[in-house]
Amino acid sequence: MSNHDLTLSVPAPARPWRERLGSAVPLLVLGPSLVASFVYVFVFTGWTLYISLSNSSLLPSYGFVGLDNYASLWANRRWNIAYNNLFLFSGFYIVGSMAVGLLLAILIDQRVRGEAVWRTIFLYPLAVSFIVTGTVWSWLYNPTDGIQAMVRGLGWTNFSFALASDRHHAIYAVIITGVWQSSGFAMALFLAGLRSVDSDLVKAAQIDGASTFRIYRKVLLPTIAPIFLAVAVIQIQFAIKTFDLVAALTKGGPGISTTFPAIYVYDLMFQRGQIGEGAAAAIMMLAALAVVLVPYSFWVVWRRRKEAGHG
Amino acid sequence: MVDAALDQSLDHRAATVAARRHFLTRLVIYGLLVVFAAIYLVPLLVVVLNSFSDQQEIARNGLISLPRSFRLEAWSQAWSTYCIGGTCEGMQRNFYNSLKMTIPATIISTTVGAMNGYILSKWRFKGSEALFTCMLLGVFIPGQISLMPWAFILGNLGLSNTTYGLIVIHVIQGISFTTLFCRNYYVSIPDDLIKAARIDGAGFWRIFRKIILPLSSPILIVTVIWQFTGIWNEYLFGVVFTSGQQQPITAALVALTASGTNVRAYDVMSAAVLIGALPPLLIYLFGGKYFVRGLTQGAIK
Repeated sequence: MSNHDLTLSVPAPARPWRERLGSAVPLLVLGPSLVASFVYVFVFTGWTLYISLSNSSLLPSYGFVGLDNYASLWANRRWNIAYNNLFLFSGFYIVGSMAVGLLLAILIDQRVRGEAVWRTIFLYPLAVSFIVTGTVWSWLYNPTDGIQAMVRGLGWTNFSFALASDRHHAIYAVIITGVWQSSGFAMALFLAGLRSVDSDLVKAAQIDGASTFRIYRKVLLPTIAPIFLAVAVIQIQFAIKTFDLVAALTKGGPGISTTFPAIYVYDLMFQRGQIGEGAAAAIMMLAALAVVLVPYSFWVVWRRRKEAGHG
Repeated sequence: MVDAALDQSLDHRAATVAARRHFLTRLVIYGLLVVFAAIYLVPLLVVVLNSFSDQQEIARNGLISLPRSFRLEAWSQAWSTYCIGGTCEGMQRNFYNSLKMTIPATIISTTVGAMNGYILSKWRFKGSEALFTCMLLGVFIPGQISLMPWAFILGNLGLSNTTYGLIVIHVIQGISFTTLFCRNYYVSIPDDLIKAARIDGAGFWRIFRKIILPLSSPILIVTVIWQFTGIWNEYLFGVVFTSGQQQPITAALVALTASGTNVRAYDVMSAAVLIGALPPLLIYLFGGKYFVRGLTQGAIK
């Protein structure tokens, strides 16, 4: 709050030209970025929105066709599979990585030895690309070379683990890999949250004789509740934008069973030359993000105001 | 006397029970940590081991087995001779492409972000907060929205299928992030410092050089790491706007693993995967603290 009051105001009275030029420098430096961001955010979005309402096919063209592209998009079976996959994936991915992340954070929070080592291990997947992760996991899922082959080699010859090559279950292969990649992220945020809780709160609970389990359930976890929401919102964003992971892991297959909206956009725009419908699908992705992010940002602003009011 | 002795032995028993319980809890905690660590490390271990083994051995024993040989051939093949879609130069060219794209894009976007952050925190003007919010929206826009406009712009600038085109994209996309990071950091530098400097007659650039920049290293490291790993690992723009020899390493990796002949050369592919993963992994290992800081800051704010 106080930052606003301290803002440096540019002195108003008449000044020599050098000084006046000097006061324009910030705007001149900021200008190009502002223009670029404006173009990137508004012009690009408007452009794609317009293409989605046009009869563009192989090349963009600007004959207006209203919502035709959206109608054919939603009539498309593949798009519906993509959308269902997105919901299924988001649900399991968010719950899975938050559960694993929270467990890891609590374990590490027990004053374990070598904390930095554990953290490094659980977080390293975030440094590598989804392409690397997806490629390696596609090998592990491969029935003839990967996990199934290994377990069978140990003598368990009936063992079957062919998630990624079975069209009904391939989506779970994507989910498992996604959780593997990003539960470390949830862990990092939860751990930061747990560490920021006022230690007096915990001490008071300990004096009252509360068990560790109870302290987590009644004191620590409720205090870091906003972090759960933040993690969920970020994970939903990841999920809606999911492209690389699937492209490297299953390529949308077997068949079309692991198609995602982002994969669908790419396919329509660059493989099938249906730019108009591809743009409509991209706009639907943006809409999905907005449905999540707009209420969340209002909530964040509201909470900040409330806190500022109390302070 | 007897009571006291009894008390003591009860105390003693209670203490041993507590100690045993403590020991069991510790065992469970470390046990779980070890299990999870194994789940996280096994994929990496598999790739590392296979990159040093013999392809026929992998074909015989599967991917997950202890190697019986140690060879470096897969690495040299993956680097310089393996064939991807007709050209047999390995990954080296794509590795250089990624470097040529990532380093300039990181430097430019970080520099611009630092200047923007400085202005938006210390030289605010009417409406600057609103402009900042607009810039922030760039963080959330999915890449798919910008594909068609970029295709048009790069085509007209003559930059399609070039590394320069990707640099332009990553700089413009990155500005939102770098501005956000730097602005949120600079806000915490006391305004009184700046006021004092202005009274002493220091101007815009001098204040940046003498006051802001010397305080900036933590946030600049965070931003550089964030941008470098993000741009290095990016795939969508790479695969859409470049092809063949011009592709960055992520796109080349997908092309390489998809170009499946009958026998999958897991040894070479493992080495290739590691070549692609190594730069961000090294940065993570050496700058882990800053990497995590970027992650949590980018997330919460």
